[in-house]
Amino acid sequence: MGDESTYLAAGEIAAAVRGGERSAVEVVEEHLAVIAGREPEVHAFNAVGDAQARMAAELIDRRVAAGEDPGPLAGVPVALKDNLCTAGVPTTCSSRILEGWLPPYDATVVTRLGLAGAIAMGKTNLDEFAMGSSTENSAFGPTRNPHDLTRVPGGSSGGSAAAVAAGFAPLALGSDTGGSIRQPAALCGVVGVKPTYGRVSRYGLIAFASSLDQIGPLAPTVADAALLLEVIAGHDPLDSTSIPEPSPSLVAGLDAGVEGLRIGVVAELMGEGVAPDVRRRVEAAAEVLAGAGAKVEEAEVPAVAYGLSAYYLIAPAEASSNLARYDGVRYGLRVDAPTTATMNVATRTAGFGAEVKRRIMLGTYALSAGYYDAYYGKAQQVRTLIVRDFAAAYESFDLLVSPTSPTTAFPLGAKAADPLTMYLSDVCTIPSNLAGDPAVSVPFGVGDDGLPVGVQILAPALAEATMLQAAAVLEDAMAGEAGTP
Amino acid sequence: MAERITRDDVAHVAGLARLELTDEELERFTVQLAAVLDHAADVEALDTAGVAPTAHPLPLVNVLRDDVVRPGLDRDVVLAAAPSVEDDRFRVPPVLGEPS
Repeated sequence: MGDESTYLAAGEIAAAVRGGERSAVEVVEEHLAVIAGREPEVHAFNAVGDAQARMAAELIDRRVAAGEDPGPLAGVPVALKDNLCTAGVPTTCSSRILEGWLPPYDATVVTRLGLAGAIAMGKTNLDEFAMGSSTENSAFGPTRNPHDLTRVPGGSSGGSAAAVAAGFAPLALGSDTGGSIRQPAALCGVVGVKPTYGRVSRYGLIAFASSLDQIGPLAPTVADAALLLEVIAGHDPLDSTSIPEPSPSLVAGLDAGVEGLRIGVVAELMGEGVAPDVRRRVEAAAEVLAGAGAKVEEAEVPAVAYGLSAYYLIAPAEASSNLARYDGVRYGLRVDAPTTATMNVATRTAGFGAEVKRRIMLGTYALSAGYYDAYYGKAQQVRTLIVRDFAAAYESFDLLVSPTSPTTAFPLGAKAADPLTMYLSDVCTIPSNLAGDPAVSVPFGVGDDGLPVGVQILAPALAEATMLQAAAVLEDAMAGEAGTP
Repeated sequence: MAERITRDDVAHVAGLARLELTDEELERFTVQLAAVLDHAADVEALDTAGVAPTAHPLPLVNVLRDDVVRPGLDRDVVLAAAPSVEDDRFRVPPVLGEPS
């Protein structure tokens, strides 16, 4: 973890820059210095946008000098997952098939960050097209966990989580299709939020599985994650699946506590497959919440046991359709061949990595004639059962709690040869994506190996405010304890 | 249990997905895809008779906007990203020709 001087909270940086006490240029230079020191060993970024960041910071300082208010994130560096479109700045999805591509427009979240005065620091590494749980599936090499360079940072937003954990940027954006914000946040010891589906515009997020994908914040603290979520949330006419609700107020009520809330520990996500040290941390979190006045009991959400199976049919099916667009015609890689059909095959074969090919084929198979009803159709019915079981649980509980990841960060290469073992990393996070509900991973101490453990708090749709209040209670409980990352 | 997915199935699916696999990849993917589909067997066993499918988590339907003309992407910017261009259009190799 970065030292204290580089670890200033985003809210404090913005307040100091808006008040003219610190310059945005100074803030950017400090973070670039931290990046220069550790990025060679961590490899959080596909590209550090140092020149653009300096220019943007100078502009912020000029606006402050002219008496303007640049916004709630004035001068705050933000690292962007490299599947978020940035106009004229390479956006690769960590794939050879998009290497060198310059998007013609900004993602809505990128536009909103700019309007809030934030500084884009660069594009962070990910598993190719966000398909993976370790960031080892990047065409540009893996990212390493800043807490232990022999371990993975999780994935697919591993670069964004590592960037925050290493102090390269006080804030980062990731995307979460089956846990891709929360699982790396847990493994890197930072806060990661998957908002309600539709809460944040997906316009300009390169699609993986459109009914599951959602953009969200990663930050060292719950308050900073809430601040970033306030900035990026809210209706966007450019995304037809965007919820027509105003951006929620999250920071203001963050210290409301959990007094009187009913909180359930999800029994199905506490069983075998969850490492004993991780389970003990979740049990300790439940005690903290009870001690803070919540009524904590065991909750049953039976259908979540089928989440992983349903997800690994639905997500690849949607991916196989979404990734059909990479055909070598309009943008990205083209491998020349005598006919268009052979060019399509040559381009896709050279441009996609093994995991992307596996998922495209799995999805194509699940959608193909003769198998559609047995696989894709069945998985969609199971999705309904998961939605129903969550709805039933939320009749008795305001919030639910579980581990974020069944284990702490695992060594590089440990699961690379066996896709199914890797997929099991997401067993606790997937159900929220299938239901469309929000969830947050908050750091809550360390496992037996001394590496960070994340506790997941799940909430019904649009209940981000209550969810983050509970996360803040856990954060406060850890603040005084020694030896935590 | 019968084989979950055969090497021929995988080769067929690769063709549908416009991917070409080496013999080694065909072997490996057949084993790996079978493992994932075996894991999914637990959903096959579930009784879901009468359960409606969920394709999407939101109840939003027919999202419309006002019918107002507005500019799209700049053609030159879009074409600048294309691998090959001719006369302001995307250029591709012959569509007809040797069978693929």
